[in-house]
Amino acid sequence: MITFTLNGETVSTDIDASTPLLWVVRDVFKLKGSKFGCGAGLCGACTMHVDGTAIKTCVTPIASVAGTSITTIEGLGTPDDLHPLQAAWHEYAVPQCGYSQSDQLMAAAALLDANPNPTGADIDAAMSGNICRCGCYPRIKRAVQSVSESALAYGPMALTGETA
Amino acid sequence: MNTVNVSRRRFLQSSAVAGGGLVVGFSLSGCSSSALPLPVAATEGAWTANAFVQILPDNTVRFYTARAEMGQGVTTGLATLLGEELDVNPLDMDVRLANAHEDYNNPLFGMQGTGGSSSTRAHFLPMRQAGANTRMLILQAAASDLAAEVKALSTDNGHVVHAGQRYPYADFIASASALTITTDAVLKPASEFQYIGRESRRVDAIAKSTGTAEFGLDIDIPDLHYAVVVRPPVVGAKKLTADTAAARAMPGVTDIVDVASGVAVVAETFWQATQAASKVQVQWEETDLSRVDTGTLRADYAAALDAGDGVQGPDEGDVQAAFAAASTVREADYWAPLLSHSPMEPMNAVVRIQGEEADVWTGIQFPFAVAGLVSRMADIPSDNVRFHQTYLGGGFGRRGTLTHLAEAADVAKQTGKPIQLVWTREDDIRQGPFRPASLMRIKAGVDESGQLVAWDTARAGANISPDTFRTLLPARYPWLGDSLVEGVANITETFFEHFSTDKSSTEGLFEDYDQPNTRVTHMTVDHGLPLTFWRAVGHSYTAFAKESMIDELAQAAGIDEVTFRLQNTQSSPRRQNVIRIAGERMAEMTVPEGHHLGMAMHHSFSTDVAEIAEVSVEKGQIRVHKVTCVVDCGQAVNPDIVQSQMEGGIIYGLTAALYGDLNLDAGAVKESNFHDYRMLRMNESPEIDVVIVDSGTEPTGVGEPGLPPIAPAVANAVFKATGQRLRSLPLKLV
Repeated sequence: MITFTLNGETVSTDIDASTPLLWVVRDVFKLKGSKFGCGAGLCGACTMHVDGTAIKTCVTPIASVAGTSITTIEGLGTPDDLHPLQAAWHEYAVPQCGYSQSDQLMAAAALLDANPNPTGADIDAAMSGNICRCGCYPRIKRAVQSVSESALAYGPMALTGETA
Repeated sequence: MNTVNVSRRRFLQSSAVAGGGLVVGFSLSGCSSSALPLPVAATEGAWTANAFVQILPDNTVRFYTARAEMGQGVTTGLATLLGEELDVNPLDMDVRLANAHEDYNNPLFGMQGTGGSSSTRAHFLPMRQAGANTRMLILQAAASDLAAEVKALSTDNGHVVHAGQRYPYADFIASASALTITTDAVLKPASEFQYIGRESRRVDAIAKSTGTAEFGLDIDIPDLHYAVVVRPPVVGAKKLTADTAAARAMPGVTDIVDVASGVAVVAETFWQATQAASKVQVQWEETDLSRVDTGTLRADYAAALDAGDGVQGPDEGDVQAAFAAASTVREADYWAPLLSHSPMEPMNAVVRIQGEEADVWTGIQFPFAVAGLVSRMADIPSDNVRFHQTYLGGGFGRRGTLTHLAEAADVAKQTGKPIQLVWTREDDIRQGPFRPASLMRIKAGVDESGQLVAWDTARAGANISPDTFRTLLPARYPWLGDSLVEGVANITETFFEHFSTDKSSTEGLFEDYDQPNTRVTHMTVDHGLPLTFWRAVGHSYTAFAKESMIDELAQAAGIDEVTFRLQNTQSSPRRQNVIRIAGERMAEMTVPEGHHLGMAMHHSFSTDVAEIAEVSVEKGQIRVHKVTCVVDCGQAVNPDIVQSQMEGGIIYGLTAALYGDLNLDAGAVKESNFHDYRMLRMNESPEIDVVIVDSGTEPTGVGEPGLPPIAPAVANAVFKATGQRLRSLPLKLV
């Protein structure tokens, strides 16, 4: 029996110890917000927080997270109680297909927890493990910057779109 | 024209009214029988105004999106069009994804499909008309209920306003449901638009930012089992023998069955299925493709171009005479490789067959095909197949194909279990269907004043239309036998090989400039790889060849790239306009030492786009710092979504331009996952500046046109940086 904390609740499972955390969360605990993208830790679609650190969970055996605290996108915020990053994702119209946005948000949230005032290069470094095939990168970056401490102090950033 | 089944239609209308609501088939195409009941949610006391709009007693406006949402923002776009005329803020609507019904047909396709950057173009008037008609019914009902004249009423975001009082639309739905349908309500003039051209947020952003948007992979139903297919390394090879004993002994495995594409392993979880699948040992047959390497493709294409024996496309004027008189003539070959679409959501489908009925959940670009295909695979009537559309985790053309759905239906039928069949990422990258590889040859001439005088071009490679027939025919006509389907597909192959060019093979290679003499030839060389549409289709490679050649000609003629393009596009003021604006931006840019600007322009899906790429080359590595994109797509319904589609098209195109390369080794794709099939990541993503030209015309395509110009814009900048003309994709310095 493996016990850990999932979005603040203590949970246990007797599933095979080699099963990746991603599939335990999706199949056993029925939280479908974290996604399968590559199965090899290459695209980041499965990103969750393990004790506050962004981890690729499709290659993380469940046995290795016993006793840790796991946060998924469902634990970050809800439609009725959005995390500031989720609100920024709406305000800046970040998602396109949306499949990888849970993981982009989890990577961004871990970054801001560790570094509330990231530079553009800090954001690039923290987010480069998370592929977005729709190409939402410019907006992700803008939305993350809008939630950084300095941006909040100076007010929202404008979109760059223009017409001629 | 569909046959109108009057008696059935009357029955449906009267039975629906008896149930307290009203079902009115609103036909986009004007020739729908509405014979099928609308697949909208039954909600107590709700008024179903038409296939797109339900108004609930709590004044919720529920909107059913007829087009597949794969990221292009069509849910927001169509909700904006409807909301503009219905007078409901699209962000306040409860937006649902439509299931399958002929009322949801794409007016440009005549069937329920999403693609070709067609959705906004196709629905700009019909969706507004649906909104205006519904609003008119509400106004008429309100006039009756309030004992007022319609002209004394106005509306404001889901409310009727009369004598200073606001009444929710829901107050009048009982009366509205008894009224005769209005079909010709007057549309607003553009000057009164309050959402079109303004709205900057998306109706799906909160769901997609909270993990609550449901994709096909997220479907979970009781007793669901998971299937993974062990597939041949060489696509299409058939199984000779298989040893499944070790796999059968693995935990959770319930069934192992043969399917057309290989051996399907079924288990209680996807993880168990993949673990067991790795234990299956299969001997595969050798096929013709087993003798093909990447080099074979390119050599065979080059030999076909050299032989010069192909199908004649457009042939205007006399290119030979024009070359003889030209002051400058250039000729070059351009290569574009096989590519995988690699949407972030791997292909998957859920099929549950219960007796003579089936339910299907998947995110798909062609919902019309689901019932026929599942009926064919499961041997049940197609009217008994219920389709449940989900969000698509990326489409790019890949979700217009059906193999995964056929496999899921086959496994569900054979095992008697509800099945979710999932392609692994390795399956996705190695098995296709692919973007075809192409070798393109362009010979072009200019006169002393820099006017293009002749454009002689040829493309060698395979065509995608035969595979499109192979995919869609069995679904459209489930009663057609397999051999007949194959026969039709083979006729199509022969047709495009010997009699006519397949439009998607040469589109974009010759149309954009004013040369008086044009010749287009196509050499079909098909090695048997499965192929399909890939974002921007033919334009995804032809723009690279055409715009590289234009840049080379401008340089040879001693004319700057902006002036050269302007003077050779005089027949298209709209095209000239995007070139001129991009040129002005280019002139204003101050770039750091070592950075260079390259330009390209391309017309696709009725939209004109010019792009400027700011590029540096350091230690042999191409780095794209900034892209400026000027787009004329007519009326931008959601300007911010137009901007995001340009951003997305550029980044998807940059991945292909810098990295995209699938290689064959003895017929097997060498690449397998994102470590060797590389994707552009955030740290490599350029700053992107989008300028939307407001031409005041009706909308044209948006989802694809941002992609084609980026590869040649980068290649043209690399030439300035290094003096090297890179004529093969992906771009690599030698």
